[in-house]
Amino acid sequence: MSDLRELYQEVILDHHRRPRHFGPLPGANHHAEGLNPLCGDHLTVHVDVEDGVIKDVSFEGAGCAISRASASLMTDAVKGKRVEEAEEMLEEFRQMITSGADGPVEAGLGKLGVLCGVREYPSRVKCASLAWHTLHAALESETETVTVTTE
Amino acid sequence: MRVVARAGAPAGAPGLQQRAFDVASIRRDFPILERHVYGQPLVYLDNAATAQKPRAVIDAISNFYLVSNANIHRGVHRLSEEATGAYEGARAAVRRFLNAREAREIVFVRGATEAINLVAQAYARPLLRPDDEIVVSILEHHSNFVPWKMAAEATGARLRVVPMTDAGELRLDEYERLLSDRTRLVAIGHVSNALGTVNPVAEIVRLAHARGVPVLVDGAQAAPHMRVDVQALDCDFYAFSGHKTFGPTGIGVLYGKAELMDPMPPWQGGGDMISSVTLDEVRYAALPAKFEAGTPDIAGAVGLAAAIEYLEGIDRDAASAHEAALARYAEKRLSEIAGVTVLGRAAQKAGIVSFVMSAAHPHDIGTVLDREGVAIRTGHHCCQPLMHRLGVPATARASFAFYNTFEEADRLAAAVARVKEMFG
Ligand SMILES: Cc1ncc(COP(=O)(O)O)c(C=O)c1O
Repeated sequence: MSDLRELYQEVILDHHRRPRHFGPLPGANHHAEGLNPLCGDHLTVHVDVEDGVIKDVSFEGAGCAISRASASLMTDAVKGKRVEEAEEMLEEFRQMITSGADGPVEAGLGKLGVLCGVREYPSRVKCASLAWHTLHAALESETETVTVTTE
Repeated sequence: MRVVARAGAPAGAPGLQQRAFDVASIRRDFPILERHVYGQPLVYLDNAATAQKPRAVIDAISNFYLVSNANIHRGVHRLSEEATGAYEGARAAVRRFLNAREAREIVFVRGATEAINLVAQAYARPLLRPDDEIVVSILEHHSNFVPWKMAAEATGARLRVVPMTDAGELRLDEYERLLSDRTRLVAIGHVSNALGTVNPVAEIVRLAHARGVPVLVDGAQAAPHMRVDVQALDCDFYAFSGHKTFGPTGIGVLYGKAELMDPMPPWQGGGDMISSVTLDEVRYAALPAKFEAGTPDIAGAVGLAAAIEYLEGIDRDAASAHEAALARYAEKRLSEIAGVTVLGRAAQKAGIVSFVMSAAHPHDIGTVLDREGVAIRTGHHCCQPLMHRLGVPATARASFAFYNTFEEADRLAAAVARVKEMFG
């Protein structure tokens, strides 16, 4: 059980039970839908970008604890950040969860570091990255909702 | 309390010796069952995805490569003759296994998926006209749904879908209403891989035949776990996969009645499927070679024959009863855990238990169980229309084989209780 506790840290279980920024976002000007065809999970990310800053962000959808917690932590992390900063975090996050077991955890990732446990669970990496891929697609999209998949 | 599956006659039948199904000795035939994962003895409950292989199958494949490997139907030399003999011997074993009338009604393919695609391409597509209909059910695996969807889209035909009850049983009344003079084919699973429902296939075939409609049965989940008699079922096509039937991956079977398959055009061209080729004209070989273009999975066929011989050596009715008893016991144990819901309550059910938990997503259940050494499948099980019908994105599924034990069902329940503990 001890290594399971590293994956399912209390912070993750907390964000899973009480996701932050969960629900529709009136006034959002970027949207994307993310699918994980492997498990059928889907989530939608809404972003309100003004002058290159993520003024507000939210997500909706159904998923496992890892994908929900990752989405919830992500919204906390990128809200108020410049779009380029969010893209940098995406890159650091991606590196963290795909590096080997002893890979570095960027200090800049802050709370997102709690998700580093997924490195040891190859079948769960996509659960953690779904929200970020979807955010990326939303930021790139102009008006309509785009769909990304983890495949 | 431990329930022990009994072979043979119902309890109390006079003069008949009852015999317990000897799981311990069966387990010794499957070397992989001795494995440990994460320091715990492996509990393999993902048999519906693929089954483990008895040593007899592993040995047959390695012996083939060690001793007789050659291409078939092409050589005059000794090894080629041996290989051809082994390959055609495997076809004879499959004929016996399904009780088909003739060996030429057995076509080797890659698996159930390829068998169904063969029928969709070579039988349905040439036949279908706009507004024709193919009847499938809501329980189908994507491999018995997508090939028909593709054939329908290419021809302007339509799919009609037999609904089910909340218990997971097909609505036969609705099925009868869907059969019409536009119906060209019925394609139905024998056993649902997601819920375990055993469909009344003989009745489904009878109702279709009464209207002159042929029936394909997807037997991927039935052939491994119950005796199948295609003549008794009277189905027109029957598909199954070697790897779910305790044989190797890469080999599977399409059974088709000769009178339906004889007039069908080939679906792939190449070597071994012709009787003569000139620059102007190709004449096709007769059944079954017509549908086996190119070098087939010879070692796979040999392995499948070994699996069939293995199954012929055990009491298959007792094996099925043991699997069902395990699954019903697991259902009972899981239902005792607060927040667990078992999906699918059909009266006729095979050794499959699908469940969801209010506190945890199936993916999380699967990860926790894995660390407890318990291998199950989580996800939509290639049955997305069914998941929509059930109103869940995914389920956790434990699927039993005759080598599983009641202790393993207990370990499943204990691991699910851990999930409950972690996720609240
Ligand atoms: C009911 C059913 N049909 C068809 C298939 C497809 O089998 P295969 O992938 O071996 O072709 C499966 C496998 O999961 C199945 O469960």
